[in-house]
Amino acid sequence: MLDNSEGYVTEDGRKIGGVVMEMKNITLRFGGVVAIKDISFDIREGEIRAIIGPNGAGKSSMLNVISGFYVPQEGEVWFHGSKRPPMRPFEVAQQGIARTFQNIALFEGMSVLDNVMTGRLAYMKTNILQQALWKGKAEAEETENREAVEKIIDFLEIQHIRKTPVSRLPYGLKKRVELARALAAEPKLLLLDEPMAGMNVEEKEDMSRFILDVNDEFGTTIALIEHDMGVVMDLSDRVVVMDYGKKIGDGTPDEVRNNQEVIDAYLGVSHD
Amino acid sequence: MFYREAGDFKTSYVDDSQTFPIKFDRYRYYVVLAVAFGIIPFIINDYWANALLLPFLIYAIAAIGLNILVGYCGQVSLGTGGFMAVGAYACYKLMTAFPDVSMFIHVILAGGITAIVGVLFGLPSLRIKGFYLAVATLAAQFFLVWLFNRVPWFYNYSASGQINAPERDVFGIIITGPNAPAWATYMFCLIFLTFCAVVARNLTRGTTGRKWMAIRDMDIAAEIIGVNPLKAKLTAFAVSSFFVGVSGALFFAVYLGAVEVGEAFGIQKSFLVLFMVIIGGLGSIFGSFAGAAFLVLLPVVLKVVGVDVLGWPTDIVAHLQLVIVGGLIILFLILEPHGLAQLWRVAKEKLRLWPFPH
Repeated sequence: MLDNSEGYVTEDGRKIGGVVMEMKNITLRFGGVVAIKDISFDIREGEIRAIIGPNGAGKSSMLNVISGFYVPQEGEVWFHGSKRPPMRPFEVAQQGIARTFQNIALFEGMSVLDNVMTGRLAYMKTNILQQALWKGKAEAEETENREAVEKIIDFLEIQHIRKTPVSRLPYGLKKRVELARALAAEPKLLLLDEPMAGMNVEEKEDMSRFILDVNDEFGTTIALIEHDMGVVMDLSDRVVVMDYGKKIGDGTPDEVRNNQEVIDAYLGVSHD
Repeated sequence: MFYREAGDFKTSYVDDSQTFPIKFDRYRYYVVLAVAFGIIPFIINDYWANALLLPFLIYAIAAIGLNILVGYCGQVSLGTGGFMAVGAYACYKLMTAFPDVSMFIHVILAGGITAIVGVLFGLPSLRIKGFYLAVATLAAQFFLVWLFNRVPWFYNYSASGQINAPERDVFGIIITGPNAPAWATYMFCLIFLTFCAVVARNLTRGTTGRKWMAIRDMDIAAEIIGVNPLKAKLTAFAVSSFFVGVSGALFFAVYLGAVEVGEAFGIQKSFLVLFMVIIGGLGSIFGSFAGAAFLVLLPVVLKVVGVDVLGWPTDIVAHLQLVIVGGLIILFLILEPHGLAQLWRVAKEKLRLWPFPH
């Protein structure tokens, strides 16, 4: 349905742009296990794209392919109109793809501020000698990036824990700090791996609000994996459904909800 | 009562990210600098210089270097002694080859050469971690000591196999050799220590330090947010080895004057500096100072108390020292893994609320 390359307009009137990232016939194998089998889909500028599926469907593997952590055996990854050669994860990050993790991957020994500052690495251009001197370029750069980081900190309402070591924070706040770190990079594409795992209803509502706000205010393109169907259906513009490494559905939440294959995968099929 | 942050408002990010955000700390730091540079050189004598001050200054440089590698970047190294030897031998070769060049330049170049050697031995760190890396650096330790023992070129074919620091000066003031005045050697080491501490602090509070700490805390996540692990680890090895090399050069040229490599830079030296870092506090510049001061002071205090006051035999006191250091290491690892620096931090937090803790 969405083959028009100019984008489309969502139900709530947001304009979605052209294709930012396109996965073409991705196949990923670990030895004999096929984690992802011939999957293609695209992510468009400014949209919230969800990847759902039962446990073991290959969703996280897919996200790891996008962030360069796994290199697929077959298929191509296209980012901003050009084919991406195989690259290390840090190079992918420098291209403008940021992510969060299913089980928080913050730097526990550092303060919240330092953690979020690490998200700005791509903007840090001074060399080690300038940093050793500190006065001058390094200090100016630090201040400049600190300003950008403080905006994110304000935005996610974590001002009060700015200087607290991350190891002292509760789970929900850690998730928010991780989102802050990813946002600090001002990514072109933000990947969220189960941003609401292990949260209570209130925290989920907060997080959903933040995700929508990020998309709304910064226009960030977001791809997310989530298990809470209510959240997915409410947040996302388009949904990819995976099962056993295969794509079984792709479309708006309503289309996916009524797709027979998807219903079968989630509810099971009778074998009579 | 002075130790307060109340009323000390920060109005810019520059103010907020300075090294000593609390006024009292800042003034204390200036006082320490003033005493170290302005008073001690005038009252110093040979005993104080050789027994306490020089070893403290030199070990503090080595501890800062090792702390960058182990405490900030999380790469365990047991090769400190070997790298100090590289600094010492590089300095020796430079001193004998270019007698007219200033000692400042020799020591800095010796540090630079050690940095290159450190990077070479740091290359395995990309593939191996933790204990395995410790063993790899242990290999560096033994290899380097063996090298300086077996290749006569390094000790200029001297019959004894030792290296002796010839007399060299800086701006006409003798720094090395037996005729060097205590205040001059002290000032020379102090300048290097101040320089190293400031550089270490600047690096660790900025981008480079955050990259190191990211690698230390979770290397996979660090790579995914854009840290090049190879570059981050190798810069840590380079900067760390530079400091260790400088300390090795000073240890040989200024402090000892004559060195036999296996004795001065053996595996025990590696452990001594590692203990300084552990007792002082991993990941803290202040901790490196505290650890160095503690392990330099301890034998002197034990000797004064044990031998001079209590009249115990010297060998008993020497053994007692090993027992105490060993016990302290275990105690610190169990009770306060972040060392003296953390105790100091806790004390400061308490002091901030004193005398009305809620």
